[in-house]
Amino acid sequence: MADFIVRALVAGLMLALVAGPLGCFIVWRRMAYFGDTLAHSALLGLALGLLLDINMQLAVIVVCCTLALGLVLMEKNKSLATDTLLGILAHSSLALGLVMLSFTNVQIDLMAYLFGDLLTVSTAELIWIAAGSCSALTILVLFWNRLLAISLHQELAQVEGLDVTRLRLLLMLIMALVVAVSMKIVGVLLITSLMIIPPATARRFATSPEQMALGASIAGCVAVAGGITASWFLDTPTGPSIVVVSALLFIFSNLVRRTA
Amino acid sequence: MFLGKCGQGGLHKGCYDIPHIDVVGRDPASPLKQLLTLNTPSIFRPVTNPDVLLDLQSISYGFGTRQILTNISVQIKRGQIVTLIGPNGAGKTTLIKIAMRLLQAHAGQVILNPNLRIGYMPQRLHVDATMPISVTRFLLLAPHAQRQNITAALAEVGASDLHNSRLQELSGGEMQRVLLARALLQNPQLLVLDEPTQGVDLKGQAELYRLITQIRDRHRCGVLMVSHDLHLVMSATDEVICLNQHVCCHGHPEQVSNDPAYLELFGKTGAAAMAVYTHHHNHSHDLTGAVINEQHPESREQHNNG
Repeated sequence: MADFIVRALVAGLMLALVAGPLGCFIVWRRMAYFGDTLAHSALLGLALGLLLDINMQLAVIVVCCTLALGLVLMEKNKSLATDTLLGILAHSSLALGLVMLSFTNVQIDLMAYLFGDLLTVSTAELIWIAAGSCSALTILVLFWNRLLAISLHQELAQVEGLDVTRLRLLLMLIMALVVAVSMKIVGVLLITSLMIIPPATARRFATSPEQMALGASIAGCVAVAGGITASWFLDTPTGPSIVVVSALLFIFSNLVRRTA
Repeated sequence: MFLGKCGQGGLHKGCYDIPHIDVVGRDPASPLKQLLTLNTPSIFRPVTNPDVLLDLQSISYGFGTRQILTNISVQIKRGQIVTLIGPNGAGKTTLIKIAMRLLQAHAGQVILNPNLRIGYMPQRLHVDATMPISVTRFLLLAPHAQRQNITAALAEVGASDLHNSRLQELSGGEMQRVLLARALLQNPQLLVLDEPTQGVDLKGQAELYRLITQIRDRHRCGVLMVSHDLHLVMSATDEVICLNQHVCCHGHPEQVSNDPAYLELFGKTGAAAMAVYTHHHNHSHDLTGAVINEQHPESREQHNNG
């Protein structure tokens, strides 16, 4: 098999593995819009990386993490509802990214960043994706119970001795990291779908939070493998194909009668 | 107009003598003190008397220009049940949150031992429908929770058959018992219960209050709780603090129920309908309806001053 397919597959599977458990938190905590905002700001990171001539992956991670920090601070302020705040940030950062890109002389394929370009993943990019996914997954596993506790009842967790503010920030930073490294795979417009559709699929068959997380990882991996295969044989765009397979899995899961 | 006249038998030495509907700075006794302390953060320090679990001193809290709590003092001792009652918006939950350090008081002191083991039961637990989680798994999330402790805690609250139930499938009364079990897992010296009988029918409420009294007797812990259910809670409490942004009146339940400030706050007819509930059963029921033997309520008297 061609090298680029292997790289694409490895990158996609790594992302799917971490997107499963992370996506569960996004679904449980209703943070889907937050994920979208982070994804949209990724384009701003890309533009900054090009303009300042620094590593693009790094620039995207820095911008996403900065945005996550900014949101935590602004949420404390509570002058606007969170979804309004997210809407402002998402679209202004996307627009700013596009405007800034027009100042660069570099011709870039915008479509590749909006919808992903998995088949052109280089070895260097693969290393970024692997490092980002593995560290995010490790942190999620280590902090799993604590993150679960604050997702169930923040104040109860706080009285029981957890540092809720820090844990929330940690979760947001993990999201920022994963969004940043997965931009190449499904693109900024489709990242959130890869995080929320697999958990929604796994939910019907899970009887514990851990089962749901594992099931989401598996559903994500199947979607990645299926999407790349479809893209190979049908010559369809890879990122959107993965999301379509993921959505089909979700629909099938709803048709299957629940056994548990 | 709330004419504060406290019960003589209360644990507080001084009376709350609040001459007017409270506005900060109008208290003639200490305008300077209030001015000085208004914007200083509340101070946390350990208690000096080992029998005092939690001591809230002159707590004030405001939200924007609205004053929510003014000069509230509450003390909870070992083995004592203190109930906060008051209408909606009286600041009961706010006071609980200040005591739990979830909110920072704008003035006053929160005095509690930093090592105090607190079992906290929040007003409600909303579990997202997408989270598949059983009662056991939920209880395992409590710090240092072990499976055998969970079995014991669920048995203690009469919810042994709920181990594998999904959290979202619980009825109101079952959920409250599970939350109470989670609080018990802390092996608490102080139980803090924010409306423990929310969403529970009348009969279930009486049972829950009896359960709380039993827990107090068994663990010799202090209990601070919030309640709307005056008529039911009065039989299960040692001291009632009637709160409406300030302390209207406080003392033993019988005294409070005859207090002019209390009658004013809840209306004469309303207060009469909420007369002290002195009816005792010699047994109670668990969730399946089976009879549980319990200690007779009188036995709690010996712990009262411990």
